[in-house]
Amino acid sequence: MESDPRPGHAAEIHKDRSMVLQKEMIARHYERLERAPQCGDPVVYTFVPGNLTELIRSFGALPVLPEINALQSGMRGRSRDFIAAAERAGHSEDVCTYVKCDIGMLMSGNIGPTGTRLPPPDLLLLSYTGCYTFMKWFELLREQYNCPTVFLQVPYQGDGRLAPEHRRYIADQIRSDLIPALESITGRGYDEDRLRANLTLAREAEDDLVAVLSSAKHRPSPIDAYFGGVYYVGPIFSAFRGTAEGVEYYRELRREVEARVAAGLGPVTPDGPLNDQRFRLVVEGPPNWTHFREFWRMFSDEGAVVVASTYTKVGGTYDLGFRHDPDDPLGTMADYCGGCYTNLNLPTRIDMLVRYLHEYQADGFLINSVKSCNSFSAGQLMMLREVEQRTGIPGAFIESDLVDPRYFSAANIKNRIESYLQMLTARRKSSQP
Amino acid sequence: MTARAEVVDWALARYHDLEFSVAREWLAEQPSRHACGYLPVYAPREVIHAAGMLPVGIHGVGDQLEIIRGDAFYQSYICHLPRSVLELAQSGRLGFLSAVLFPSTCDVIRNLSGMWQLLEPQTYVRYLDLPHQHGLDLGERFWEGELRTLLADLSRISGRAVTDADLWRSIELYSEVRRLVLELYRVRRDEPWRVPTEELYPLLRAGEVVPPEVFLTQGRAYLEAVAGEPGRIRDNSRVIVVGSFCEQPPLGLIKTIERAGCYIVDDDFLLGNRLIQGDVVTGGPPLRGLAQAFVHHAMKTSVLYEPDPAGKRRLMKERVAAARADGIIFAAASFCDPALLDRPMLRAGAEAEGIPCIAFKYAENSGQFQQFREQAGTFSDGLKLWGGG
Repeated sequence: MESDPRPGHAAEIHKDRSMVLQKEMIARHYERLERAPQCGDPVVYTFVPGNLTELIRSFGALPVLPEINALQSGMRGRSRDFIAAAERAGHSEDVCTYVKCDIGMLMSGNIGPTGTRLPPPDLLLLSYTGCYTFMKWFELLREQYNCPTVFLQVPYQGDGRLAPEHRRYIADQIRSDLIPALESITGRGYDEDRLRANLTLAREAEDDLVAVLSSAKHRPSPIDAYFGGVYYVGPIFSAFRGTAEGVEYYRELRREVEARVAAGLGPVTPDGPLNDQRFRLVVEGPPNWTHFREFWRMFSDEGAVVVASTYTKVGGTYDLGFRHDPDDPLGTMADYCGGCYTNLNLPTRIDMLVRYLHEYQADGFLINSVKSCNSFSAGQLMMLREVEQRTGIPGAFIESDLVDPRYFSAANIKNRIESYLQMLTARRKSSQP
Repeated sequence: MTARAEVVDWALARYHDLEFSVAREWLAEQPSRHACGYLPVYAPREVIHAAGMLPVGIHGVGDQLEIIRGDAFYQSYICHLPRSVLELAQSGRLGFLSAVLFPSTCDVIRNLSGMWQLLEPQTYVRYLDLPHQHGLDLGERFWEGELRTLLADLSRISGRAVTDADLWRSIELYSEVRRLVLELYRVRRDEPWRVPTEELYPLLRAGEVVPPEVFLTQGRAYLEAVAGEPGRIRDNSRVIVVGSFCEQPPLGLIKTIERAGCYIVDDDFLLGNRLIQGDVVTGGPPLRGLAQAFVHHAMKTSVLYEPDPAGKRRLMKERVAAARADGIIFAAASFCDPALLDRPMLRAGAEAEGIPCIAFKYAENSGQFQQFREQAGTFSDGLKLWGGG
């Protein structure tokens, strides 16, 4: 239990065991990263969508996810200075703030969000999955590091499916380009048995994660699938998929969530449990990280719980049925990459939102459109319109940014959320006999 | 009217024609004909043409159309191009297109492909994932497969069974187009007073919306007319313009740069018309030849991965040297991810070589050019006073 230091929020915050586990896992990982140069552990920088953690770890290498570092810097109030440093160095105010936060962090000594120094990469694995900016990001980082870069092109699902030839293309690149590069930097041979073992662990954790996310179909929902959801997906989206630690975390998380279902309890929010849930919402788009708790509180104060979100699918669409398959190691990694949320075309993304609204019996949906991310944001106004037309449920649209605090207008956002929820209330009343 | 003025007038009329009249007239000549649109930066026009379709470049409307419907689809922090493209579509001006291709230029154009699927369900839509794997058979095979799929789909729409001979004819025709474009660029580089960009650019824009044979005729006529006129050499600086490969600068901006004392001796406007450098090697299957030409001979650009770690830093030096330029104007559309994310790398490379640079942003509908005139004018004066790269 911890005390909330904010004025007027003196209540003690309950911490589940899974929260403690996650905090310890992340701390250990960053500590290990700091020691990596001394211990001789190879380090691979890669991205969350299309990350091949099982493969990287099968070579004994450690993954670093720059988006995770950026969002953690945002949550810890460090991104403003990092972004300013990058802009002073000539990076445009128009482009992705994750990139600028990362570049700024590098320029400021590469001290990671937990306060430990991040090691330089031995390999930049540019998994080009669902985001154009990734390509530029690693072209920029590459200028700072003397290490090889592997470009893994993951074709976009423009037709709403991963074509067989695209699947082959991804698997062929992994086989002919990535694996030799990993062998070269680690000095180890490709060990398919070890990879299969990691994929088996990944699958186990994925089953538990889906059970956790699906629990939001209950009333009250035992989880918040957006604000809580980003914590739940943290280990599986980053360094811990395909590890025993990851399996333990998700087993524990599932146990806790199932216990809340049995007890009829809601999720734990910054202000304690949210059991009185007046609105069930679906959310599209990433959260704002610089004002994360304030943002969350705008919902929880109104009794609004998020029952499904698309952002929690950027690192894999497990709830749509995908599981890593140890019997087809390269093929399953290709399927994984191709199926990440931002690699899906707009009609498929709209289908997902509609499906969530129905399956989770949501009252409404909200799009948080972030300035930084065209992969998410371009087309969201059309998504809003389409989902409204197909479901008859009105949506809300707000704008913020990922890690640039200059683009978080608290009063404006709060006003919009409150107005939207008032409208849902009025709509509910008018539909009652 | 001189022969040169006739070509320029013709080109300007095509540039200003938001109804795509030439394409519509071409279609009206035979009811079985089809047209296929494509967005920036690169689309394989050879494949479209071989399938019996007219390739039509969709490059926005500049400042010619008030954007009302297009703005309803986008937040303020998205670039202007997709707004004007949607305005064209929503106003029915693109209704003559049977197919539209969306190359992998950036996430905005990528997502626009999905919007098109929903807004124009009667139109064939394809997102073109350009290959980034250079020097690998994988990239060639991947792109050849994509071209084959595209050809099969377009052939189905046009009802034309395409033979290898058809493909070779189209490949040769567009090689001819590229040769002409490169010749125009060569003449402008060598004698920029003869080929001002305010004339060259509309000519190339016209080339995006007319049959290739028509462009070849007009382009050759222009070259011939230019050769017959002495031109008047001005005391201008030689600059290259970098970063305008997708959302196009307004013609007024191009004129402003030139009238501020700069010869534009290279640029990346309408880059797709010359992205493949050199001819397609004949002898093998035509689509393989086209795929190999792209994978191995595509110009370096922000929309393609640069495999050489030193490549970005070196690029500006190489381009400035090839164009014998004095300096660089980095001109990117606001919110253009490819251009703006690349700029720090390119600029650092240029500055490390002592190449003078300036940078600004525009939108295709920018209407006020005073600030650009002052910047470009000061830059040009500086180049003349203190020398260039």
